[in-house]
Amino acid sequence: MTTYLIRRLFWLIPVLLTVSAVTFIIMRSAPGSPWDTDADRRQVDALTQKSLEAYYGLDKPMWRQFVGYVIGDWNSQTDKFVCGLVCGNLGPSYRQRGRSVQDILFAAPENQTFWQSRFGYSVRLGLSALVFAIFIGIPIGIIAALKQNTITDYIALFFATSGISVPSFVLAIFLIIIFGSWLHWVDIIVDDWTQVKYWLMPTLVLGFGTMAFTARLTRSAMLEVLRQDYIRTARAKGLAERVVVLRHMLKNALIPVITILGPALAGLVTGSFIIETMFSFPGMGRAYVQSIGQRDYSMIMGTTVVYALLVAVANLSVDVIYVFIDPRIRLEE
Amino acid sequence: MTTTQPATTNRIAELNDVFRPSRSLGQEAWSRLIRNKASVVGMIIISFFIILAAFASVIAPENPLKINDGMRFLPPPFYKGSTNTQPDQRFLLGTDSLGRDVLSRVIYGARVSMVVGFIPTAIILMLGTVIGMISGYVGGRLDNVLMRLTDVIYAFPDLLFFIIVMVALRDSFLGRLMNGLILLFAALAIVNWVSVARLVRGQVLSLKQKEFVEAARCIGVKDARIMFRHILPNSLGPLIVSAAFSVPGLIITEAILGYLGIGLRPSTDSTAFFITSWGALMLDGQSAINGQPFLLLAPAICVALVVLAFTFLGDGLRDALDPRMRGTQ
Repeated sequence: MTTYLIRRLFWLIPVLLTVSAVTFIIMRSAPGSPWDTDADRRQVDALTQKSLEAYYGLDKPMWRQFVGYVIGDWNSQTDKFVCGLVCGNLGPSYRQRGRSVQDILFAAPENQTFWQSRFGYSVRLGLSALVFAIFIGIPIGIIAALKQNTITDYIALFFATSGISVPSFVLAIFLIIIFGSWLHWVDIIVDDWTQVKYWLMPTLVLGFGTMAFTARLTRSAMLEVLRQDYIRTARAKGLAERVVVLRHMLKNALIPVITILGPALAGLVTGSFIIETMFSFPGMGRAYVQSIGQRDYSMIMGTTVVYALLVAVANLSVDVIYVFIDPRIRLEE
Repeated sequence: MTTTQPATTNRIAELNDVFRPSRSLGQEAWSRLIRNKASVVGMIIISFFIILAAFASVIAPENPLKINDGMRFLPPPFYKGSTNTQPDQRFLLGTDSLGRDVLSRVIYGARVSMVVGFIPTAIILMLGTVIGMISGYVGGRLDNVLMRLTDVIYAFPDLLFFIIVMVALRDSFLGRLMNGLILLFAALAIVNWVSVARLVRGQVLSLKQKEFVEAARCIGVKDARIMFRHILPNSLGPLIVSAAFSVPGLIITEAILGYLGIGLRPSTDSTAFFITSWGALMLDGQSAINGQPFLLLAPAICVALVVLAFTFLGDGLRDALDPRMRGTQ
């Protein structure tokens, strides 16, 4: 188990290195300098551009920039060693002067907790969407399976299929227009995210696809378990239906569901940037979309690396949890 | 007679089943497919949008590029918006930020979605099949290297990759070809061949142990011929299903990129084939959500419809091509 864990952790290194290398190469192959057109369309003169390039270390050769980004490099002005990605330093933002990327993403406003940072907001949104998906999706899947081939089952299946295939931002458009613009049930523009009621819409929209997927997976897993001999045995010995369903069926049917939770959470955290933008939610995703609009290369790159790390860790954690809940799984391939 | 004696009719149908003329596997699958109501509906919707895309210039009621001064964000005639602007009967779905007809622009937008759905899928299938076949058939070190490569590509969050490529290379030579469509195709293909390659490799690994492949090898059939004439046709079913599910995924990706403002460049050239995309329309529609919501709604409904249609078709195809899979997932 420990060997397996260590091996998997080491596998993260080449993955992250490749992700940052690919991102780095693509970003640097963009034609022109990042300051050709400034955010406010101000032309930057040649001298300023030169000093900016020196400040961000862009005058160095490509390989050295990359090594500097990943491991670290000597600052040309102060001659001090500045540690890179390995120390969690994602470099200075090109557009928000004086702030580093990790500062923008992870630092909370003054006198506030980590959960008030952009990353904290995104994690909270992702987690609440996941909780919504689990607590609505699993019961729907169970009911659909128990009432297989009835109208309830068909309705649930139809919703699950559409929930999986229709992308969340399209769903968001429908909900915003219907409930916000036409019925005036919810506020479209929210600037105070401390109130819980405003979290309802983004959570629902973000979690809907995962909820539908969970429902469908639970249903098919339940259907498989439903016909097992031990279920017949449980019924034959006169156990209450509730006990049969919850203790005998669900316990086994949930194993495939648990495997998708890690990727689902990673998907919810990384896939939320459009939803965050639509609801002007102060999370990491919205910062990412803004940096796309401003062509803030270091910000785009840093966020991508953070996202990639999240996905990799989520996948890893599932594989580990899997071993604990299903004794049939053996790790030694 | 048929209505009064259902039992007899069933019996006749059964006998017909036994004594029918022999049909190929493809015909068999097709007849199963068209018995599936949901996938027939899916096919009808898809054909509708393909026709819309192909004949956009004939179907569109207005010129999608014509700017009508003083007619910004007009609501459709049937909609009472919150603003007091008077709708114009000519614009069935109202107008956009420059007074252009929304309906016509949505119809032209179908072109991009259809092309982005189908062309990269074709590239992905070809690339994935060839790499997967070679990897599975040759095996050994080559297989190992190729599979590690797919592992790494798998680990990359794909939407982020598309975003990076589209942001960085937008102003490069490649990014300018066909309003950025070529770059989009390339980015989509580079990432998505991986799952096809894995699928094909798995198929090849199991098929190459089968007796018919051994028999072919015994009579001296060359490797390339075994791969493409014996193994490939037998793994066609899962490939077709994965293609049907790949198309909507690509359409969604394009819509997201367009919505972020980094998809296809909107064209102002009246001779251009691709004028705007649904994603770009949604981006445009965000600014007038109260007065003219149809700029946002119409493309969103189109995306939802197309994606659902392909999902239904894909489900139907899976059931039709592999009846053993019916009901699972």
